Amino acid sequence: MSLLYIDDLRVSYGGIEAIKGISITVEKGEIVTLIGANGAGKSTTLRAISGLVPLKSGTITYDGSVISGQSPQKIVSEGICMVPEGRRVFPNLTVQENLRIGAYLRKDDIQPDIDHVYQLFPRLKERSWQLAGTLSGGEQQMLAVGRALMMRPKLLMMDEPSLGLAPLVIRDIFKIIQTLHEEGITILLVEQNANAALRIADSAYVLETGSLGMHGTGKELLDDPRVKEAYLGKARE
Amino acid sequence: MFNQLLPYLLAGVSVGGQYALIAVGYTMVYGILRLINFAHGDVFTAAGFFMVYLMASMPLGVAAPLVILLTVALGFTLERVAYKPLRQAPRMSVMISAIGASYLLQNLMWYVTGGLAKQYPVLPLLSDSVQIGAASTKVVTLVTPVLTVLLVVALQLLIKHTKIGMAMRAVSVDFETSQLMGIKINSVISTTFIIGSALAAVGSMLYFTNYSTVTPTVGAMPGLKAFVAAVFGGIGSIPGAVIGAFIIGICENLIKAAGYTAFSDAFTFALLILVLLFRPTGLFGEKTAEKV
Ligand SMILES: Nc1ncnc2c1ncn2[C@@H]1O[C@H](COP(=O)(O)OP(=O)(O)O)[C@@H](O)[C@H]1O
Ligand SMILES: [Mg+2]
Repeated sequence: MSLLYIDDLRVSYGGIEAIKGISITVEKGEIVTLIGANGAGKSTTLRAISGLVPLKSGTITYDGSVISGQSPQKIVSEGICMVPEGRRVFPNLTVQENLRIGAYLRKDDIQPDIDHVYQLFPRLKERSWQLAGTLSGGEQQMLAVGRALMMRPKLLMMDEPSLGLAPLVIRDIFKIIQTLHEEGITILLVEQNANAALRIADSAYVLETGSLGMHGTGKELLDDPRVKEAYLGKARE
Repeated sequence: MFNQLLPYLLAGVSVGGQYALIAVGYTMVYGILRLINFAHGDVFTAAGFFMVYLMASMPLGVAAPLVILLTVALGFTLERVAYKPLRQAPRMSVMISAIGASYLLQNLMWYVTGGLAKQYPVLPLLSDSVQIGAASTKVVTLVTPVLTVLLVVALQLLIKHTKIGMAMRAVSVDFETSQLMGIKINSVISTTFIIGSALAAVGSMLYFTNYSTVTPTVGAMPGLKAFVAAVFGGIGSIPGAVIGAFIIGICENLIKAAGYTAFSDAFTFALLILVLLFRPTGLFGEKTAEKV
């Protein structure tokens, strides 16, 4: 049984349909990536899974039960956590408070989880008492990932984690994604940086203005000439 | 010289404290919703009427907590009825709803009271006289600043060191990401209105003990002054609102001491215009007031 199954999802903003009936399967333990150009509907898909935008039709099944129509609170508490596009750390909270707020719904001891995040990102530990707004872009991205880990997610959704970061930092972020994958977290990764995403993905979908295009393993798409042309910037080599 | 000024200073600090208790409600709601809750002054007035009616049949010890409870219920209901349904609406619609709510409350109060000024009850202890040096004043004058500072410090501790306080700070910058953390936006907003209304209720007891009559529009002036204090301090900032309120209260009374009583209200509104012209973010306001 797959961990997440999206069946014929449609989402519209006002009258405009941003997602036009897509179906996606995420198996437990996989890294699944969703690539596509700006405005294709990648973020909308993740926001629909999180419960932030209502579905027009379709169902989202997670771990055997339907979660579409539930509140974001309920969906987070089920273990679906998101690293939003543009990081969205709380700039007026300290690094540590950002981590604590990631565990807002938890009632048990969260100190081991904070320690774990600091172990993954030692830079954050040094800046524990600093306001998140004063961090660099890369550090904010680490914090956004750390914050999402505080709920001990089963499914971690990441929306363009490499956006606007320096190549070296991007490499670190992708390393972390693989580390988390090895820890057993299932990952749904949205990227415009198709090359890096496809390299680590078990399964990949291409989204084109609200509809699904190609689908295959990361390697298959990486080798596909159409993907190369449209998303990898390697046309007519 | 000092002996002559003393009563004015005392009155200034006391009025400042009363403005501060109202101003905190304006500034907290603005901090979270980017909304100027025009009905806040009317909630304050309603608290005055609650006391008038309750003290007619019960002792202060019972009436005072009940006044706070009723005012909180009113503030909570106001938010649920007039603002919550407009969460996704343009800000202008919410603003108009706030103005509508303000008139609705005023007119309800006209209806219930028949438009007659009601005598505010004499609150035991608070209304007693004390002698400070050469000046004679009511106990409330001394209680107000102390109580105000205590309440505001407690509020600051709540915001800085509790889970709900952390949620309030998070919601004030980013609704959507707060929801992703599992925070219920609506309960945080309600909490804000509850705290603001409770402080306004306390403020009303202190204020009306000095001014003695309650009419349906009596809250407009202190409400406006508190609003100016909140803008002056930097709207959204609680310490700013409190400091702004004390400065305005003291300045108004020093102007009275100088013999220009007629200008004391004008001063406050001139201050509003100057702040808006030259330092719209106020003393402690955020540099980027716009919400993402
Ligand atoms: N809040 C919104 N209101 C109206 N339209 C939106 C909103 N968010 C996104 N859209 C539109 O939906 C489409 C998909 O957007 P999005 O999911 O953000 O794409 P992507 O993440 O792939 O860049 C775009 O055409 C965008 O303009
Ligand atoms: Mg996007």
